[in-house]
Amino acid sequence: MFAADELLKLTTSKQVAQRLDSLDIPFGPLGFDPFGISKRHLGLFYTLLEPLYRHYFKVEVSGLEHVPAEGRAMLIGNHSGGVPVDAGMIFASVFFGANPPRHVHGMVEKFAQNLPFLSPIFSRIGQLTGLPEHAVQILEAERLLLAFPEGVRGTGKLFSERYQLERFGTGFMRVALQTQSPIVPFAFVGGEEAMPVVYHAQTLANLIGVPYIPIPKHIVPLPKPEFCQVVYGPALHFEGSGNERDAVIQDYVDQVKEAIVNLIAQGRKRRDERIKLHKEEQENLTGGGKLSNLSSKLTAKPLLRDTELNNYDQS
Amino acid sequence: MKILITGISGGLARQLAQKLALMGHEVLGIDRRPWLDPPSNVKVFNVDIRKRPAEDVFRHHKPEALIHMATVTHLTAKQEERYRINLGGTQTVFEHCHTYGVKQALFIGRHTVYGAAADAPLYRNEAEPPLATATYPALADLVAADLFAGSALWRYPQLNTAVLRLAYTLGPSLRGTLASFLGPNKGHTVPTILGFDPLFQVMHEADAVDAIIAALNANLRGVFNVAGPPPIPLSVLCKKVNRITLPLPEPLYSLITSRLSLSSLPHSARKHIKYPVVIQDKAFRKQAGYQPRISQEQLLQSFESYSLN
Repeated sequence: MFAADELLKLTTSKQVAQRLDSLDIPFGPLGFDPFGISKRHLGLFYTLLEPLYRHYFKVEVSGLEHVPAEGRAMLIGNHSGGVPVDAGMIFASVFFGANPPRHVHGMVEKFAQNLPFLSPIFSRIGQLTGLPEHAVQILEAERLLLAFPEGVRGTGKLFSERYQLERFGTGFMRVALQTQSPIVPFAFVGGEEAMPVVYHAQTLANLIGVPYIPIPKHIVPLPKPEFCQVVYGPALHFEGSGNERDAVIQDYVDQVKEAIVNLIAQGRKRRDERIKLHKEEQENLTGGGKLSNLSSKLTAKPLLRDTELNNYDQS
Repeated sequence: MKILITGISGGLARQLAQKLALMGHEVLGIDRRPWLDPPSNVKVFNVDIRKRPAEDVFRHHKPEALIHMATVTHLTAKQEERYRINLGGTQTVFEHCHTYGVKQALFIGRHTVYGAAADAPLYRNEAEPPLATATYPALADLVAADLFAGSALWRYPQLNTAVLRLAYTLGPSLRGTLASFLGPNKGHTVPTILGFDPLFQVMHEADAVDAIIAALNANLRGVFNVAGPPPIPLSVLCKKVNRITLPLPEPLYSLITSRLSLSSLPHSARKHIKYPVVIQDKAFRKQAGYQPRISQEQLLQSFESYSLN
C-alpha cells in the first residue's frame, strides 16, 4: 500500500503537485478529504489527463472567468456522443486553467460502484454515484459539480445528430434551487468529431447489459485526436426552493438549454477557425510558405472572451 | 445524578461508567458478565436485563437516567440470543423506565443500521431509513431494537429519549465490532475483497464516551448520528494500525479464509467491506455542542499501541 502511495507521489508532475497544493479541498493529515478524495490519486489523475487535454485534444478554453473562484456552482453542458471525453476535459480546464485551480466533482452511473477496482478509483478522485443526495452534499460543501442533463440520451447520439441537444432532465434545476447554487452553462465542442458514432451495436449491448456500444466511422471505439473547445457562459441565477411546479422548473431548464445552444454555436465557429488556420499551416509547411506568421496566428492567439466570440458570431 | 448503565461490563460502557463516576454521578450497572474490579462508586448488579432482579434495580434505586448499552452482535451471540437480548431487552428496559419514572433514556446504537449498499449515498442522515435488514440480515435485530427505542419518543412522551447511532469505535478496550474485525494483535491478517476499498468512519472510545455524556448533559431528544473525524479507506486504516490486508477475489473469499484459518465475515456481511457506511453527524454536534477531540491519526496510533505484540 505504501509502495503504491510512493509510486503515486513519484508519478505526479511538478506542475500538478503545485496546483494540488492550491486546491480549496481540506485534505486531512492522511491525505483524504471528507468525501474520500485522495490527494495522491488526484495527482496521478491530473498528470495523466494533462497530455490528453493539452496535446491530444488541444483543448482551447474561453469564458473561464465565469466559473466562480470559490464557493458552490453547477457546471451544466452538452454531452458528447459515443465515448464522452467531455467530463475529463472539463475537469482539466478548471484545474489547469483557473487560478487558483479548482477540482470539479462529476457523478458516475450507479452500476460503477459495483465494478471492482474502478469503484475505489472513482471514490479517490471525487466522482460519486449520481444521486441527488450527493449533488446536495457536494454543493453544500461549496464545491463545483459537473452535470450533463441529457444523461445517457446525450452519449447515445449518432454523428448525424451531433450538437443537437436531447431532452434535459430537470433534477439538476431542483437541486440548484434547493441549494441556491448558480448554474454556469458551458459547451464542449469537438467531442462529436473525436468519436463520430455511425452505428450502435444494440444486440451486443443488450447481451452485456450496457445502454449501447458505439461504432465510430474509424471503427476503433476510441476517440481520435481533434481540436476541442470549451466555452463557459455567464452564470445563471434562479430563485426558488426546488419545490416549484414542473412548468416553472421546465421554463428555467429551457433557459439553461438555450444558453448552451448559443455557446455551442460560438464553440463550433471558433473550432472551424482553428481548423482552417491549421490547414493553412499544413499547406504552407508542405509548400514552404510563411510558417512562422501562421503558426503564431494559430498558437499565440489569446483565448476568445465572450464579447469577442459574440463579435465573431456577427462577423 | 443517579445513572443506570445496562451492559456495563462492555469495553465502552466501563470507560463511560468510570468517567461519570469521576464527574460525581452515582453510577449503577446491570450486566450478566462480571466486572471484577469496578471503581468504589460504581455499583454493578450481575443480573439479566430481562429478569425480575433487573426490575428490582429500577424499583429500589430509582435511577434518573438510563444508558442502554446491553446489545450484542452476530460476532458474539447466536440469532435467538440476539433477539432475546437486543429486542426483548430493549423493550423491557424502556417499560421499566416508564414504570419507575426514569426521566432520560439514551439508546446506544450503531451506524451500521443504515446498511452498506452500492447505490446508497455516502453521508447518511437520520432521516434515511435503516436499510441493514436488506443488506445484512444478521443486523435485523439491532435495526429493530434501534427503531423500537426510537418509538419510545411517542409511546412514552414524558421520557426524554435519544437514540445515538455511533460510528465504529476503537480504543484501549480492543473490543467492539471493528476491533474484532481487525484482530487484537499487531500484524494480524485482515481479509478484504479484491478491487474494493470502502471508506470507514472511526471514532476513539474516549470521544464516544464524551459524546454520550454530552447527550446526557444536553438532555437530547430524538435520533442522532454520532461520528468522529472524517472517514478513510479501509486499507489505510489497516496499515495505520499495523494490520496486514489480504485482498481476496470475492468468489474465493470463504474458501481461502477457511483454508488459511483467517477470521471471516458471513456472505451478507461482506457488503460492509465493499461499500461505505458513512454518517453525517451535523445535528448531534449542533444540539449536543459536541466536537471530537481525537484526530484520525491519534486514534489509530492509540489503537495500534494498545494492540498486542
